[in-house]
Amino acid sequence: MSLVRELLSGMADFLARAGAMTRFFGRLLLIAPAGLLRPRLVAEQVYNAGALSLAIIMTSGLFVGMVMGLQGHDLLARIGSEESLGTGAALTLLKELGPVVTALLFAGRAGTALASEIGLMRATDQLSAMEVMAVDPLKRVVLPRFLGGVISMPLLTAIFVTVSIYGVQLIGVQYFGIDRGQFWSEMRSYVEPADVREGLIKGLVFGVACSFIAVFEGYNAEPTAEGVGRATTRTVVVSSVATLVLDYIVTAILL
Amino acid sequence: MGSQHGMPSGRGTAAGRDNVAVLRGVHYAVDHKPVFRGLDVAIGRGDITAIMGPSGTGKTTLLRLITGQIRADAGTVEVDGRDVAGLGRRELYALRRRMGMLFQNGALLTDLDVFENVAFPLREHARLPERLVRSLVLTKLHAVGLRGAAWLMPQQLSGGMARRVALARAIVMDPEILIYDEPFAGLDPISMGVVMRLIRSLNDALGISSIVVSHDVDEIAKIADQSYILSEGRVVAHGSPRELGEHASPIVRQFMEGLADGPVPFHYPAPDYYRQLLGAGDGAR
Repeated sequence: MSLVRELLSGMADFLARAGAMTRFFGRLLLIAPAGLLRPRLVAEQVYNAGALSLAIIMTSGLFVGMVMGLQGHDLLARIGSEESLGTGAALTLLKELGPVVTALLFAGRAGTALASEIGLMRATDQLSAMEVMAVDPLKRVVLPRFLGGVISMPLLTAIFVTVSIYGVQLIGVQYFGIDRGQFWSEMRSYVEPADVREGLIKGLVFGVACSFIAVFEGYNAEPTAEGVGRATTRTVVVSSVATLVLDYIVTAILL
Repeated sequence: MGSQHGMPSGRGTAAGRDNVAVLRGVHYAVDHKPVFRGLDVAIGRGDITAIMGPSGTGKTTLLRLITGQIRADAGTVEVDGRDVAGLGRRELYALRRRMGMLFQNGALLTDLDVFENVAFPLREHARLPERLVRSLVLTKLHAVGLRGAAWLMPQQLSGGMARRVALARAIVMDPEILIYDEPFAGLDPISMGVVMRLIRSLNDALGISSIVVSHDVDEIAKIADQSYILSEGRVVAHGSPRELGEHASPIVRQFMEGLADGPVPFHYPAPDYYRQLLGAGDGAR
């Protein structure tokens, strides 16, 4: 009996949270045009979420590419087609690995920063102070951060994929001695603009999801140290799972 | 739930023409625990009104009702004759522009320096030339004695300085009502004296009405024109500091004289002391 009650209350909590998220997302969309009137605020957040994530994105990209170079070469050498390394790696990175790994890194770096910043602003009364000063914190704090994340994610994805492909090339061409011309020309003939588009669309979708989850969790954090900590943790967990689920959905739609 | 609309306005009623804010029969509960049970408070125009009472009596909640951050379950909250609960978002924001509020910890925006913190309401609400913003901000910072700290970040300020910066920010839009939430809490005697004098001089020089929530009885008595003492969701006494000093009610005496025990008990409700020490009773720890 108590198990049923617990299950029901868990379901009610989940539905309440889903409802709150939908309402919050609706409000953000409704006020989104206001964000365009304050481009400087959005640009600041593109810097915070995007530019400040560059180091981690580029370092991870390089190593992901180099590992792909090693593993890809090992795999392709078994079937005697090492020269396809560039194409295989580029397609995998553009369509799948690039957007997904970027989103996971984004959730860990920029997402947690957003959630804890907004949560701390709530805990230290900064959001209430804005309300009393007749400034809507949703427009002034939440919206620019959300838009900054949404704009940053496709750009970070593109940079991640570019650096990764360079990493693959470093291992394939420089280390294993695959012919440089063949590496690039095969990649050019097999990779279509649609593949690049798929990667950017995924980057955008993950950007909306991860940024939204971060600002939602931060804005609705309990105004205590534990509350902000919990919101930050939830941001990473929910963003990561949402990224993987959305990845399946977008892939199924686009393929 | 839901507020009672359509009650007579504060102007020209029993509450008097000279009140800037009137709370009438206000009921408010958090998680079914009542905070206010029929609260009546009138804030006189041009006065410094002190709201006092033991911790946890909902003093800050009262301020949040006046600023429209929360709404009463029953009763009316009127500011300048208008029922706050009946205002739409736009009207509420218009009303808030005429108020300034000093939060307990200052609530300065931590990503902006002192100058930008004070300039924040101006930049959000008015399109002013930079030169004018600069002189307005420096004037207000000078008024609180912190013109020299304009380029410091909030993290570099002491508690007292942060509160003075927040005060400069609260007056930068020339409000008609200034609200202070525990302005003396945690301040050293010098900072306390400074803030106290600022509250009085700003009130008189700018011709505004001030609401000060505090439990520093001695300090508040020196500057308040009238005081309310709240306890258990109601007003238990109200009058000038001198009148309250002579009040006979035990709760007022306990509060004004800072007695540990009295109508507000020293001990939080607990089972019998000896029985609990001896481990008797069910579930005793």
